[in-house]
Amino acid sequence: MHTINLQHVNVKLLLKDSDSHDHTLDLDPVIPVFHGWIQEQSLDELLLDVADYRHVQSGPGILLIGHEADYSVDNTDNRLGVRYNRKALLDGNNQQRLAQAAQAALTAAQRLQEDTRLDGKLYFSGQDIEIFVNDRLLAPNTPATRDALNTEFQAFSERLFGGNEYSLSFGSDPRRLLAVSLKASRAFTVGELLENLRSATVANDVGAAKHGPSGVVPDYDWREELNGAQGAD
Amino acid sequence: MKASNPLWKEELAGQIAENLSREIDAFETDIALRKQGKLDERLFAETRLRRGAYGQRYDNGQRSDGQKVQRLNFPSGDLTKGPNTVWDAPGMQRIKIPAGGLNAAQLETMAELAEEYSDGIAHVTTRQDFQLHYVNIDDTPALMRRLAAASVTTREACGNSVRNVTACPYAGVCQDEAFDVTPYSRALAKFLLGHPDCQNFGRKFKPAFSGCAQHACGLTSLHDLGLIAAKRVNTETGREEIGFEMYVGGGLGAVPYQAKLFDAFVPPEELLPLAQAIARVFARHGEKKNRNRARIKFLIQDLGIEKFRELVLAERKILPFDPRWTEYIKEAQAEFAETPLKPSGELPSLVAIEGLNGNSDKFKKWLKFNTRPQRQLGYVTVTVALPLGDITANQLRSLADIVRRFTKETIRTTVEQNFVIRWVSKSDVRELFSALQAVGLGDPGAGALVDITSCPGTDTCKLGISSSRGLAAELRKRVSEKSFQQDEAVQNLHIKISGCFNSCGQHHTADLGFYGVSRKIAGYAVPHFQVVLGGEWEHNAGSYGLPVVAIPSKSIPQVVTRLTDRYVAGRNTGESFKDFIKRLGKVELKKMLEDLTKPPAADRSYFSDWGDPREYTLGDMGVGECAGEVVSSVEFGLASAERELFEAQVAHESGQAEAAGEKAYQAMLNAAKALVELEYSDVSSDPEQVVSEFRARYFDTQKFFDPFAGGKFANYLFDAHRKAGQAHTSESSRYLMDEAQLFIDAAHSCYNRLGTLVTV
Repeated sequence: MHTINLQHVNVKLLLKDSDSHDHTLDLDPVIPVFHGWIQEQSLDELLLDVADYRHVQSGPGILLIGHEADYSVDNTDNRLGVRYNRKALLDGNNQQRLAQAAQAALTAAQRLQEDTRLDGKLYFSGQDIEIFVNDRLLAPNTPATRDALNTEFQAFSERLFGGNEYSLSFGSDPRRLLAVSLKASRAFTVGELLENLRSATVANDVGAAKHGPSGVVPDYDWREELNGAQGAD
Repeated sequence: MKASNPLWKEELAGQIAENLSREIDAFETDIALRKQGKLDERLFAETRLRRGAYGQRYDNGQRSDGQKVQRLNFPSGDLTKGPNTVWDAPGMQRIKIPAGGLNAAQLETMAELAEEYSDGIAHVTTRQDFQLHYVNIDDTPALMRRLAAASVTTREACGNSVRNVTACPYAGVCQDEAFDVTPYSRALAKFLLGHPDCQNFGRKFKPAFSGCAQHACGLTSLHDLGLIAAKRVNTETGREEIGFEMYVGGGLGAVPYQAKLFDAFVPPEELLPLAQAIARVFARHGEKKNRNRARIKFLIQDLGIEKFRELVLAERKILPFDPRWTEYIKEAQAEFAETPLKPSGELPSLVAIEGLNGNSDKFKKWLKFNTRPQRQLGYVTVTVALPLGDITANQLRSLADIVRRFTKETIRTTVEQNFVIRWVSKSDVRELFSALQAVGLGDPGAGALVDITSCPGTDTCKLGISSSRGLAAELRKRVSEKSFQQDEAVQNLHIKISGCFNSCGQHHTADLGFYGVSRKIAGYAVPHFQVVLGGEWEHNAGSYGLPVVAIPSKSIPQVVTRLTDRYVAGRNTGESFKDFIKRLGKVELKKMLEDLTKPPAADRSYFSDWGDPREYTLGDMGVGECAGEVVSSVEFGLASAERELFEAQVAHESGQAEAAGEKAYQAMLNAAKALVELEYSDVSSDPEQVVSEFRARYFDTQKFFDPFAGGKFANYLFDAHRKAGQAHTSESSRYLMDEAQLFIDAAHSCYNRLGTLVTV
């Protein structure tokens, strides 16, 4: 089993009733919300523009384009969710990069949930999360890659769901990006998941060190490294 | 920047043609040199453009967020990839698809690239290309290698080069064509790609092929080089021969030109050498310094078609023989011959259609609009209508599966930003529809009113003035709800939208065309569209529409409703929209739309564009002041210029070419005088003084310069002034009116840029 360097991690948090939203949910208010985020430049990435692809069925929906990453209210596969697509390189290990993407997606989801203009329309399901690796050469969607990364994703799921039960399944179409679906046995709030990630970091990634093949550096705060890494892209 | 970028070269070793590999290596070196400061930014800009890597909106590192202009602090700092173009700013990658022809593997590659380097969307353009947006320049060598491994190149997709060679997507299967132009278009594309005679143009050069004269599919009239398949009987041998009607000097852009006939019959063996001779003449005699007059259409206008022909034929005589002139055609005939995968068949019965579980109505509409019988019995072509030319990565993969399942991967892009699947057995039509429907590609209405063409506009284009895609999406939404209940004649109209005067949305060729302009109302910039009516899509875009009036963006849907309703109610039996517009005339049309030229009082939504909630202006627009009725003297002057131009158009319509030309010139003088009066209120109406003052105050100081077009529009005034007193033909006055319109639009923009405080 070889070590795979996970870069360009995507995390998508599926929304409540995510598969029943196509053509029914009015997402117009998302556009001014995203423009507002650009005005504030309040996220970790340099935010650039908004792209609206709702005219395309089962498409990327509404994107907030950034330099280091894109955020979107994404409807790929007719499953609506809040998606974070990391474009810039990150240092650190795989667990740290997975955590960074998850934290960014959760933070965006939390802001959307709390924004009164959206009136609670975009509410995280609490259980369903999809992870993609947007680089076919680093992580081709093959049985070998899936075998190599299975424990990595398990370790991350342990952290994310705070040791609660979950199921994990890989997508198998070799032409599509490496994709894994996580389903928690119970619903979590966004805040709980963020707290789980923070606790795990504070505890020096004990879980990751235990489960993850690539491990982490003790006493390592991934946020500090990421802040430095953005300038290196 | 992708982690895998350095790995693709080794990964794809041996899978890329040597010449393509070498070119991409060289481009990668240029990137490294530029980063080290060893390559001039202008040189690098042209280098990347010739590799299809364009700039994109906000790549100067600034963006208005609706409240203020933000400086975008990219990590690359001061490093640029061209003048005033920040290295890290996202760009657009254009990908050439000769004749629009693709195979399934290429569709899959496009899907991967859209996903990994762009925003998950591939965009089909009005010249059968693909475009990917938000691409990082550092990713482009890897992206190009992956394309090259699939036998696709981006070379000369932009820059002053031979652009994609387009062709009718029905070539080879069309019932009306003289013969299949596909191999000739592919041979010409291959021959001219990177040809030494095509490396020194002052501007781009666009060739197009059509199989017939009567349909629109090739749009040869609006191309630099247009070729229409033709047949004739040789009077000596009595045998039928094939060849091409060759046209030159067409083009849209700011002022549209219809191509002129160069030769009524060019034999196939003369096609490539004549194109080469034309390229040489263009490179040698075409304008180089003033890029706004550098297209071949201006050279032909200046020389006259007879002199141009003389030069080309003289050049042809001295061209050294090149065996590729005929070899490439033979190779292409073998390489691009198509055959069906399935036996021919019959369309499904009515009973079978009704069995489509709730989809029968949609299927019937789809059958009507999206399928077309081939000349080969038992087969149809199927058009996959893409909304705004966009398709997702997953849809591209599904489309690859579909073309493998039903055909021998015979699919082409179209200039209407769609796909055409060829060689579909009639027996498979229902299943094919279901397969497309399952992946969101089964919408009916291909080529109909709902199938709106749009350039990227302000979404991503640096030149965009108004949101063409925003307007297209809005119109599409409104039209799709009632399109199929509308009168048949309305269903078949074309809407085409450009974000600016450069015409990438081909608005001149539409029944209802729109291009983005801005107007200042009560001191505030408001996004508008100039309404261009009565263009002809058929006959390879046989005639262009004329601008009628500028309307605020938010009122354009009302314009469409009014015009289509009036057409349904008032057209004569069998009267085309073009003829209907001609019959109504400009006076009546303007009267019809007059009340829409001003935004409703106190409606702030008019001060932002479709799909973009930001305030349209960059300045300090105050809340609540937008409903003012204050009009400055400049605005009065500009209004008088528009009025004069309107009268010119009316005169032209009634056959008074001389009066039309004079009025168009006067309209420009009025607009110039309005600006001059801002600084020099005592300026007289003497044309000499107006032009002289305008030149000194606005041209020499570059205050009139458009950020991208420079002094182009001012030169229209200077040219008109120099030629004042000369006789006008119908054609010359038409060009002058178009130039006057652009000059007036530029005067509005100049006034907006000056940020002048309103003075009553």
